[in-house]
Amino acid sequence: MALAVDFDTQRIAPQASRKVAQPGEAQEHVVLAVENLNCGGCMRKIERSLHEAPGIASVRANLSAKRVSVTFDPQTTGTEAIISTLAGAGFRAADLAVSPASETISADRDLLRRLAVAGFAAANIMLLSVSVWAGLASDMDPEIQSLFHWLSALIALPAIAYAGQPFFRSALTALNAWRLNMDVPISLALLLATGMSLAQTIRGTEQVYFDAGVSLVFFLLIGRYLDQSLRSRAKGAAQNLLGLKSGWATVLNDDGTSERLPARALLAGMRILVPAGERIAVDGRIVSGTTDIDEQLITGETLPRTARPGDTVYAGTTALTAPVEVEATAADDATLIAEIARLMETAEQNKGRYVRLADKAAALYAPVVHALGLATFLGWVLLGASWETALTTAISVLIITCPCALALAVPAVQVAATSRLFKHGVIMTASDGLERLAEVDTIVFDKTGTLTLGEPELTNATDIPDSTLAAAAALAMTSRHPYAQAVVRAARNRGLEFQPLSDVNETPGAGLSHSGENGLEVRLGSAEWCGAANPAVAIGTDSTGDNAASLYYLPAPGSSPVAFQFIDAMRADAAETIALARTAGFQVTLLSGDRVKAVKQTATAAGIEDWLAARRPHEKIAELDRLKAAGHRALMVGDGLNDAPALAAAHASLSPASAAEVSQIASDGIIQGSRLAPIIETIAVARRARRMSLENFAIAAAYNAICIPLAMLGFVTPLIAAIAMSASSIIVTANALRLTTAKLKL
Amino acid sequence: MTALAWLIPAALFLGLIGLAGFLWALKSGQFEDLDGAAYRILEDDDESTSNDKR
Repeated sequence: MALAVDFDTQRIAPQASRKVAQPGEAQEHVVLAVENLNCGGCMRKIERSLHEAPGIASVRANLSAKRVSVTFDPQTTGTEAIISTLAGAGFRAADLAVSPASETISADRDLLRRLAVAGFAAANIMLLSVSVWAGLASDMDPEIQSLFHWLSALIALPAIAYAGQPFFRSALTALNAWRLNMDVPISLALLLATGMSLAQTIRGTEQVYFDAGVSLVFFLLIGRYLDQSLRSRAKGAAQNLLGLKSGWATVLNDDGTSERLPARALLAGMRILVPAGERIAVDGRIVSGTTDIDEQLITGETLPRTARPGDTVYAGTTALTAPVEVEATAADDATLIAEIARLMETAEQNKGRYVRLADKAAALYAPVVHALGLATFLGWVLLGASWETALTTAISVLIITCPCALALAVPAVQVAATSRLFKHGVIMTASDGLERLAEVDTIVFDKTGTLTLGEPELTNATDIPDSTLAAAAALAMTSRHPYAQAVVRAARNRGLEFQPLSDVNETPGAGLSHSGENGLEVRLGSAEWCGAANPAVAIGTDSTGDNAASLYYLPAPGSSPVAFQFIDAMRADAAETIALARTAGFQVTLLSGDRVKAVKQTATAAGIEDWLAARRPHEKIAELDRLKAAGHRALMVGDGLNDAPALAAAHASLSPASAAEVSQIASDGIIQGSRLAPIIETIAVARRARRMSLENFAIAAAYNAICIPLAMLGFVTPLIAAIAMSASSIIVTANALRLTTAKLKL
Repeated sequence: MTALAWLIPAALFLGLIGLAGFLWALKSGQFEDLDGAAYRILEDDDESTSNDKR
């Protein structure tokens, strides 16, 4: 959606995603997210249709990323023209909200490069080492052996220095903060093994273990890369979603001209023309025009509000019935968005204290490992062994204990869990989101747009005769008002034939009118508009609809108006999902900003006993704090901008893909599609993932319990330690992969 | 053992070629669209993508 306010301090420049492709020619480059780029055929269709358009230098569709990168001549064409060409070909495309040359892609590539170097070094050193180990038993000359050691050193030293950097850097960061993480023992083992091997090579002795060090780096990097690439895929998908929702706005310049700018290029003070049906891209005040504003995304309120000149409007709302001119006041501290930003910031700070499972394990484990390593060294020295033997044994202990299995225990499970959820349409955006989701015992839902679809549906269609419905639909077709569109949908569903009427007048806040050929005026709109002062007179009224709103259709002046009743329909599987959650022992709460009656009705229909209505953003946070104080861990599911602070404050949070941009950023994951069932799946996967992480820790611990004593007694050389460690990592990874196919239930 | 004098450099050289090849492929963006590449090979008409500058 079109939200022009950044919660970071800097505003992204309008040209952020563009750069001049070739310095000589003035060509521009743009990367677009394409929503329905799903198959090989789509790729071809996109590339073809753009090649036929004027001013396009090159097109490349990317099926994995669902993006198209286009180089074009800015004199002939522009981003918006390209987007509309794609729309003509049947693809919904949008400029990316963030620069695509982002850190994640380069981080991916960086790890892959290091992985390649480590793999090359490991393979070649192993070639040399195997000959040496085999040669020990046969007839290898000491000179050749020394040559092989020197060659190994030559390959290993630069390889470890380059490929091991991610571990060294992370370990240093942790040590600087006086903490221990998994990378500290890894780095220590690497440095000790390499340093001692180098010393032994110079002295010409046999204890040389470059192979162990390099393969250690190689295996660890595989785990890191898998973790990173999956996360950047999820991030890319989230960026695409955000891009597809951010819009363009028509800016009116002082000299009377106008230009189309992407929403994120808008500044305070600009005057913006908002045509009927378009999202307002900024917070601002209406300068001229009166319209009905759909504020659902901001307040959760389903009924549109009538806004007049001087009224404040918010980014993300839609001007429904008439065009308005808005002066942007985004910088204004008093806006709703500024308040929400402040609340979110506080909430995020409070959440930053969460300690991840792997770090908890490292905090327990790393000191033990280091102590054991030191004890081994001292023990052997005290027993009279040479310092080489003592150090070799100590290194074996370090290598065999810490790295792979433990470092992989959690990431491997995370990779499996995230990719499983990805296939089910849930994109996890927070790296520790799964761990927090696993601890949830309460689910707090928002109403509009979360439990409900957020669009009204005609409920009393059966009471309305075909001819009346068709006539009303013909009148309603011109309007963007959600109720008018619901009338059109209902008529279409019934298979009625109708043509849109011309010269329909729309009066914001009241309704539609049309003067027919016979001079008689038909009207569709509010009770007053149609003269239904006493709604009971109208045909087909029924009094159940508190959540519902009513429109009236007046076939001719003075006649009796026909009532049309609407309700914001629930998502198809809402009641079922909630019932499932309750059976599984979750406490379910409905927390909404909408009116009491509407919320009560939805709560009853969804089977939720515990509901709270008319809550402002800060009151939602207060409610979550109350739950927390009572010892509950809440999962917040919400979509509106008004939910964003609550999403950030909750222990874990999810939002549907239709949610406001800010809400998606604030939540831990995004659910695609119109069903709520993925919430249950997500919690189930999160719980299983936690169990599997613990299983993996147990496997790693069992392996350590067997190997550490052997290593301390000196029965394990660093090479054997490296092999044993690889075996344990494979077991741990294989265990994690079970998660991708396992049948789960809560 | 004179065989070692050229076998080891040969082994290292081949390994380096593989590494360089991989790094080149990575740099030229061949790992950017793993799903799409599978379909591109099935396209008959090359002209639709022939003027891409990668």
